[in-house]
Amino acid sequence: MIYLDHNATTPLSAQVLQAMMPYLRECWGNPSSPYRFGGEARAAVEEARARIARCAGCKPSEIVFTASGTESDNLAVRGVARASRSRGRHIVTTAIEHHAVLKTCEALAEEGYQVTYLPVTPAGVVDLSTLAESLTPETVLVTVMHANNETGVLQPVEEIGRLVHRHGILLHVDAVQTAGKFPHRFADIGADLVSFSGHKFYGPKGSAGLYVREGTPLSPLLTGGAHEMGLRAGTENVAGIVGLAEALDLALYSSQEEGRRLRRLRDRFESLVRGTAPSAKFNGASAERVPNTSSISFKDVDGESVVLALDLKGICASTGSACSTGEPEPSHVLLAMGLSPREAQGTVRVSLGRDTQEEDIEATAKALAEVVERLRALSSA
Amino acid sequence: MTRSSKKPSDRAGHPGPVLFYNETILEHFTNPRNAGELPPEETDGFGLAGDPHCGDQMKLWICVRSGRIAKIAFKSFGCPGAIATSSMLTALAQGKSIQEAKGITDDDVVEALGGIPERKKHCSLLGVKALQAAIADWENRGSIPKEARP
Repeated sequence: MIYLDHNATTPLSAQVLQAMMPYLRECWGNPSSPYRFGGEARAAVEEARARIARCAGCKPSEIVFTASGTESDNLAVRGVARASRSRGRHIVTTAIEHHAVLKTCEALAEEGYQVTYLPVTPAGVVDLSTLAESLTPETVLVTVMHANNETGVLQPVEEIGRLVHRHGILLHVDAVQTAGKFPHRFADIGADLVSFSGHKFYGPKGSAGLYVREGTPLSPLLTGGAHEMGLRAGTENVAGIVGLAEALDLALYSSQEEGRRLRRLRDRFESLVRGTAPSAKFNGASAERVPNTSSISFKDVDGESVVLALDLKGICASTGSACSTGEPEPSHVLLAMGLSPREAQGTVRVSLGRDTQEEDIEATAKALAEVVERLRALSSA
Repeated sequence: MTRSSKKPSDRAGHPGPVLFYNETILEHFTNPRNAGELPPEETDGFGLAGDPHCGDQMKLWICVRSGRIAKIAFKSFGCPGAIATSSMLTALAQGKSIQEAKGITDDDVVEALGGIPERKKHCSLLGVKALQAAIADWENRGSIPKEARP
């Protein structure tokens, strides 16, 4: 199997699993228990928190553990909205956010919040001039993803942070697709809240986090015990948290070198595809992108058919984001970039990772050429 | 029950990965029957159908001899469900009398494929609609002498 869907999820690193094992086997106590056995689990959780804080460039108390990137996004957006209700009820986001943010904003809109969805350029980058115009005295939060999961296009979050902070507005950045991919510390992004998720960087699923800058008003989603500084009740996923810290540390250690390697492979892949399918469109390729992602629109073929045909050849790729597979609607991200529904329907996403080698890229480009040619010959479009 | 339907992804309501198509569907998707077009001299009826919900589209050609569908061909822009159901539809219609072909329903196509994921059920309508359109086209052409047809 050739796995080229690392933006959906990544395999658990052997080293991460090894770090987690003691907390699945011997050290299974509850971190909140009053005896030493529980204390060992507590120590593991707090050590992981300190490790992540070092990676993130923040204080340990600014890291909140959650169970998914989606939960981190929900906590950030709903949590700030609720805690800032008396200040204002306007949220600004973008048309290309992950559903974890978009659907949360839609839910808040039903509760009476106003939501502005910023457009993006054809290259898939948020238009900064529209951001400035969208801010009102009622605006309490701007939420923008660091890199888009479908196209890999990076958003100007640092600039957005400077702009919104001048107006005393909070910024949340969904960094699920960039955490562990860049050597810089994600607290340096200049955001007040940053979401990240372990399984995107070779950590375990079900373990994620939210950076919350000290002093940021935030209401919890889950109420109960006083876990996570009162921001997220529930017994800690000790092994998952240990794995999250180990995975982030490992990913950052090699991110620069790995980023260069992936960029070279991704660019080689795109040039191979361009050679066999001259009409193929590479979405977001003129913008800055994460180095592992390629979004390709083929003319006159259906993306889901391409993905299934590749699957039958032992290659895992995706149409849009993994979560929206199965929805008949074309990708909201690609439509926001100005693609026609037909172009969006013919889009395939390939995302490279740690195990991807040159021969995988060559085999995939060859298989893709065969599949697209076969489907195009069959196509009535 | 098909083999793939035992996968956890097949639980009701779960979108699941694309591979929860069964083996028959995968086989028709990989080797579609009657793929392509009929040449104009063999085309006695032509039908076009589109599904506004997913953007899929199908074109279908029939050659009618002695009241039977002697040849049938299709082209499809669409998801695996659309391709497999189109392929199966043409296999079912091939050799049938016009009356029999008119009676083919989307349920017949789904049954012949051994079931289809719930969210892909609408795909099977596409081929049936295209076939009905092609038969209607043949019936209309019947009133025009062959020499006078465009």
